[in-house]
Amino acid sequence: MRYLPLSSDDRAEMLDKIGVKEIDDLFVDVPPHALLKGLLDLPLHMTEMEVEQNFEAFAAKNVSAGSGPFFVGAGAYRHYVPSSVDYQLQRGEFLTAYTPYQPEISQGTLQTLYEFQTQVAQITGMDVANASMYDGSTACGEAALMARRITRKNKVIVSGNLHPQYIDVVKNATKHTDGIVIVSETTVNKPENLLDQVDADTSCVIVQYPDFFGNINDYTALADALHEQKKILVIVTTEIVALGAIKSPGEMGADIVVGEGQSIGNGLNYGGPYVGLFATRQKYVRQLPGRLCGETTDADGKRGYVLTLSTREQHIRREKATSNICTNAGLCTLAFTIHMTLLGEVGYRQMAKINHAGAVKLAGKLKEVDGVELLNSTFFNEFTVRLNKNAAEVVEALVEHDVIAGLPVSRLYPNNPDFANDLIIAVTETTSEDDMDILVSELNEVLSC
Amino acid sequence: MTIYYSEDHEWINVEAGVGTVGISEYAQNALGDIVFVEVPEVGDDYAKGDEVAVVESVKAASEIYSPVTGEITAINEALEENAALVNSSPNGDGWFFKIKISDENELEGLMDADGYKKFIAGLE
Amino acid sequence: MLNNQGRPTGVDGAKNVGSATGFATYTGSRGLSQVEGLIYEIGDVKRTGVDFPEVEDFESCLGGMERKEEIGLVGLSEPETMRHYTRLSRKNYAIDLGLYPLGSCTMKHNPRINEKVARIPGLSDVHPLQPISTTQGALDLIDTLAHWLKTLTGMPAVAMSPKAGAHGELCGLMAIRAALEAKGDARSIVLAPESAHGTNPATAALCGYKVKPIPATADGRVDLAAMKEALGPDVAAIMVTNPNTCGLFEREIIEIADAVHAIGGYFYCDGANFNAIVGKVRPGDLGVDAMHINLHKTFSTPHGGGGPGAGPVVLSEALAPYAPIPYVLAGEESFELVEHDVVGGKSFGRMTAFHGQMGMCIRALAYMMSHGADGLAKIAEDSVLNANYVLASLKDVMSASYDGPCMHEALFDDRFLKDTGVSTLDFSKAMIDEGYHPMTMYFPLVVHGAMLIEPTESESKGSVDQFIGMMRHLVKAAKEGETERFLGAPYNAPLKRLDETAAARNPILRWRKTEEE
Repeated sequence: MRYLPLSSDDRAEMLDKIGVKEIDDLFVDVPPHALLKGLLDLPLHMTEMEVEQNFEAFAAKNVSAGSGPFFVGAGAYRHYVPSSVDYQLQRGEFLTAYTPYQPEISQGTLQTLYEFQTQVAQITGMDVANASMYDGSTACGEAALMARRITRKNKVIVSGNLHPQYIDVVKNATKHTDGIVIVSETTVNKPENLLDQVDADTSCVIVQYPDFFGNINDYTALADALHEQKKILVIVTTEIVALGAIKSPGEMGADIVVGEGQSIGNGLNYGGPYVGLFATRQKYVRQLPGRLCGETTDADGKRGYVLTLSTREQHIRREKATSNICTNAGLCTLAFTIHMTLLGEVGYRQMAKINHAGAVKLAGKLKEVDGVELLNSTFFNEFTVRLNKNAAEVVEALVEHDVIAGLPVSRLYPNNPDFANDLIIAVTETTSEDDMDILVSELNEVLSC
Repeated sequence: MTIYYSEDHEWINVEAGVGTVGISEYAQNALGDIVFVEVPEVGDDYAKGDEVAVVESVKAASEIYSPVTGEITAINEALEENAALVNSSPNGDGWFFKIKISDENELEGLMDADGYKKFIAGLE
Repeated sequence: MLNNQGRPTGVDGAKNVGSATGFATYTGSRGLSQVEGLIYEIGDVKRTGVDFPEVEDFESCLGGMERKEEIGLVGLSEPETMRHYTRLSRKNYAIDLGLYPLGSCTMKHNPRINEKVARIPGLSDVHPLQPISTTQGALDLIDTLAHWLKTLTGMPAVAMSPKAGAHGELCGLMAIRAALEAKGDARSIVLAPESAHGTNPATAALCGYKVKPIPATADGRVDLAAMKEALGPDVAAIMVTNPNTCGLFEREIIEIADAVHAIGGYFYCDGANFNAIVGKVRPGDLGVDAMHINLHKTFSTPHGGGGPGAGPVVLSEALAPYAPIPYVLAGEESFELVEHDVVGGKSFGRMTAFHGQMGMCIRALAYMMSHGADGLAKIAEDSVLNANYVLASLKDVMSASYDGPCMHEALFDDRFLKDTGVSTLDFSKAMIDEGYHPMTMYFPLVVHGAMLIEPTESESKGSVDQFIGMMRHLVKAAKEGETERFLGAPYNAPLKRLDETAAARNPILRWRKTEEE
């Protein structure tokens, strides 16, 4: 077995030193009936080549996003990741290191976390960011819990334009601690309407930017109104590239900003692992969930970094911790920060511009298609169209022609007939003009018959 | 003016029905470098034994329980900037809060300085 | 109060003891030990390491929300980026560099075939919301991994979406709560041993439960009598780590399960230490109702400096109906992904967007297939053998907290350092000077100055022998009064001891331009 270095001679020698006859003598504390006598009914060990062949077979049964025109977004986006990012991720010193609890021999991880926290704070327009959550959706659940800690109020008002799976995660995360989650009607262009739901027991309002359907709303007035009532505004961004083009949530007055960072540095990976971004104002630092890296000095006065404010965390505060999170998105934060460092201000903004330009171009082309109505007046790289046919059926029909046309809203809202014909379409820098033209011609065909 | 001590290593200095509360020299020493103190809000009511404050060192967070029932009348704002005062002056500048005592009979369950001295001597 | 874990965190002890030798250098670097600044100190806002095409003029649809101010992000060219991160990487300890004896963390070898297959485009470049008809391979893979996990644990069901161990704990407790609520009896208390990992009580609190600690017996196990005493009609569950955090198998595990079942509660097993028993013992045979499995421990997916992990949760027949969405259903012809609870369904809800940590599932399944049923049992055996070998080879000079045999980790406490002036922390830092990552220290909390050593099955006898020799050498040095090498340690790391007190008193959590000006 290629991963197990002990030889049978080694084992015999070691058993001898321990003073037992055979290996099962070390399992004496196991109730005898529970100690397996033979092997479980699973395949025997495989060569490395056989393992790879098995996975090639799984892969062959999927359609990879890069194999044809591809337009699905809705919280996960297909961007191009520079090769140097993955090279660094696979360096053993990053890949095979543990959480940096021994700072003297973990400065590599710690410094990258410090740089990551700074980048996240900058792009969200906030004071501080933590060292990551699992993903955007769980970060959103944590934001609701944090707002409730700050305000000591239970109710959470969620915009109906938040990603529906995020809404479900918020509900689930808060339900056993007397949380009440009110989901508003969809509120395109009228975020202030959310204020109607706010009452004395309300802790926060959660909105998405750009929202699930792609709309860009200005939440400044909402923020001001909430602050007057000492409520918290949580802004969620699932396409973090957008913040290279549009005002930061911090500029609008957000108190907590959470995001899905997958777009930068991380692949689609069928839903995970991704990286949850979490940023807030300085005054709420002690209510943050998760790990934080901070600057300090060593015994010789040299600058260094450590995990800090740990008394918020489960390993010290136990049942009174701000969160139960332990393992986070470590290596995905590294991917994010390396990609962001490669981009820099110039690259991040240009990437955003290209994404937006592509979406504008495709929206323009689709407006010309009979049976397609563009529902957005504003958008970044993603928008919703209403077709003259059932969107899910159209998407399935186009799969036959090797085009993946977008996300039928009905997949996430199966019981809402209003959404049956709606399709969310995303464009990134990986979308070529040819891809767009193929989509347009395929839609022309399928919608006209 | 009388100082009482609790078995949780808090002291309360009572003057005209108001107690000033902090932690003992023994406690600050055992806790090590104090990095943060979470104090209550002025105007809040606490019953004897309620968790009223939290004192944090780097690797531990310890709850402070109210030695008496009453209303918080003042907090030590200096601790917000400088929690190290608890280490340097636990019995003086490192006080936590002042509490208006509802029932002075509750003080009877506490120790005086000599009693506390014997109590900690018995701990190790 | 006074629950200090007794671990010094300032740098006083390390100050002015044996400062660095040799001449001061102009750069601050010393040979291959290179000083590396922050990106904010070496890059600028005009530089970039990515080329993009120009964009023709177009009319924007941002609704007047254009970002106007400079963000302040700095960029580096590609060669500078490579150098920055390569230099930083060299300041990290890693499994690839040496034995990593962190108890309860299972720092085993991370095979590179796992990384390779996770990057096959047909697996990595697949969107979680693309049509289900185009993701049959992904669903097949999840279903296959589920089969392995169910077989290895002897449990009938598994929830695949939890994103890490703590998320798995939450999943298990939520299923338990849902099952109890279905009977109209949510209850309010969860029992957990004093030696439990901090995530257990934190998770229980998130689930709305009060945690009641259960004391340990003198031999490091759950005190069954005390537990029975604590059981009552309001106890929803007991959370027990098995093998436990003292590295011991809970001998009375069946009695524990029976007792909690007798009062209508459930048995949550924390599977953090599954490595010791995989292929040898099935938790399903021990009366477990729910258990999370850390794929990043037992099944070798890399820790990556803190994550990502994955924490699938196996469930008993009683809890399976309450599993979270989404889940995979294997049909005759194809796989179905259930993303919404069926009408009248009992699922407790959704824990995350999409489907969990697919990339980690791929790596873990590759690892399982590599070992097979035969190799996996050997993992447990060799990890337990290595740990017992360490215990047997060190117990004459260090103080073992409990008699053996242990499982895959050996627990020592600081009695052997009594009167030496050396603490567990000092001893750990001296290990760094010897080229090792320290073991888990000051955990579990049930012994004083804990040192929890888990060598894993990845270590050869030669490697373990050298580790043992190093430890004996340090013990001898401590007992002979060579305190300086401990109190100032580490001397040979990129940095000396860091001032955690200063970091916490005055938190600096990001770089700011003003610092420079």
